[in-house]
Amino acid sequence: MQTVEPLLQEAEFDQKILDEQKIEPRDWMPEAYRKNLIRQMSQHAHSEVIGMQPEGNWITRAPTLRRKAVLLAKIQDEAGHGLYLYSATETLGCTRSELIEALQTGKAKYASIFNYPALTWADVGATGWLVDGAAIVNQIALQRTSYGPYARAMVRICKEESFHQRQGYEIMFALAKGSPQQKQMAQDAMNRIWWPSLMMFGPHDADSAHSSQSMKWKIKRQSNDFLRQKFIDQTIPQIKVLGLDMPDPEIRWNKKRGHYDHGEINWDEFYQVINGQGPCNHQRIKHHKRAHDEGEWVREAVRNYREKQNRRENSTMKK
Amino acid sequence: MKDEINCTELENLTRFLIALGDDSVIYSHRLSEWCSNGPYLEEDIALTNVALDYTGRARLFYQYAAKLEDNGKTEDDIAYLRTEREFTNLLIHELPINDFAFTMLRQYFMDVFYCLYLQALSGSKDESLSAIATKALKESHYHLKRSEPWIKLLAQGTDESRQRILRAQAELENFTGELFLMETWEVQLVDQGIAVDRSLIQLEWERQVSAFLAESNIQFTQTQLQVSGGRCGIHTEHLGHLLSEMQYLQRTYPGMKW
Repeated sequence: MQTVEPLLQEAEFDQKILDEQKIEPRDWMPEAYRKNLIRQMSQHAHSEVIGMQPEGNWITRAPTLRRKAVLLAKIQDEAGHGLYLYSATETLGCTRSELIEALQTGKAKYASIFNYPALTWADVGATGWLVDGAAIVNQIALQRTSYGPYARAMVRICKEESFHQRQGYEIMFALAKGSPQQKQMAQDAMNRIWWPSLMMFGPHDADSAHSSQSMKWKIKRQSNDFLRQKFIDQTIPQIKVLGLDMPDPEIRWNKKRGHYDHGEINWDEFYQVINGQGPCNHQRIKHHKRAHDEGEWVREAVRNYREKQNRRENSTMKK
Repeated sequence: MKDEINCTELENLTRFLIALGDDSVIYSHRLSEWCSNGPYLEEDIALTNVALDYTGRARLFYQYAAKLEDNGKTEDDIAYLRTEREFTNLLIHELPINDFAFTMLRQYFMDVFYCLYLQALSGSKDESLSAIATKALKESHYHLKRSEPWIKLLAQGTDESRQRILRAQAELENFTGELFLMETWEVQLVDQGIAVDRSLIQLEWERQVSAFLAESNIQFTQTQLQVSGGRCGIHTEHLGHLLSEMQYLQRTYPGMKW
């Protein structure tokens, strides 16, 4: 009995995956599946939260009131996604404070793109357009991921992300059609953010450490290279509409493949940034820690207040 | 003679709208500084949400002012192309965010104030103004629902949180009095049924604030030493820095569309 039951559970789990049924929080799941999900979902949540920093860097300097309002709303959405994803990750049996600690100690990662600085107003546009655009391509695939809470979170998040991408593109459009200085600003931001956006899809399939198991478990539904190509193919025509120069001289239509060819990504840079040596890695985590540490007295006050309340309630009940 | 009166009336109303817009835009700026800096992710969202509400208000006030002025200027010209001496927000809105206790106590003071003030302003004879006030009032009721429990919690949480609330109070109580002062032009608008007599709100504001703080054993005393000058463009030193940040793009690249 002792040996049969786990086998049955595993068989049942495998069957569910095969049948495209969702795995729910109370269902049995292999420990490695749980761990893999915690890694991926918390990384996703952290990305939303750390992403607030480069974009937040421009709220107080947004050029018009309308742009300011839209940016505020967008960042608020991102923070909401973070919150939603933390909650979804908590269904796997870890607490938010554990997740935050993993972020701050470097055990958990976040999207490397946010380790690049948001230097000009055009970066806000390029980030919304390219980074959120790349995220959507990833996340649309994840709407069919095997873990129920994650899949449902993705459905909701995708809707908002497509609005974000449009606002980013709208900023780029205004700049690209504006004065020569503004157009230059747009070109520069796109050139800088293009490559890190492509890196968002992760290493080539052959080099991706977590990919094959994740695909088997249907946590991941499509490969890194497939999604990256999809993103490139949908973005090139948008660059043409903007009238900007291509960020990569090797981009050209390949009739045979039915896709755009492109230059090779600088993988040394990719690993360098992932391993903590990007332009803003230290700044981002330092900022997060500082804000978290500065808020400790508030959280302590909350805990204390609640304890007092509980004691008061208990003593009235006794009476 | 009649034209002259109308002219002054219009000028007063525009001035009033810009002043209210300034209050909102400056306050929104301060709140938005909390983005990615809050003690909880939930608070990050809440603070920027309130900031967004105030940006929305500023836009409505400015847009209406621009429409009345009818000289081709937009809400953005009003927000981004005036100097610190031309801004007429009340000073409490521009004070730096300090810590969470300061931010939340100011928020609480503002929320009680705006609930009363906007309620009264929603009865304005000017229909557009009344509509803006009615919309904003709903937001302020919601803001108050959040700020009240925070103040209670911080005042009764730990020694440290209480001390922080008390320190915030000591700084803020010099600036709350200005909320109830009016320049001559505002008094004229009150007489016409367009603006609200701020002095009539003061008693109720003080009553609510004192009663609420007393629940946490905090005595509220409006000090005699009240700072004022915002409506005449006499500000704290903080405003210039805020504006140089806020207006940076419009000043660096004049006359462009964004």
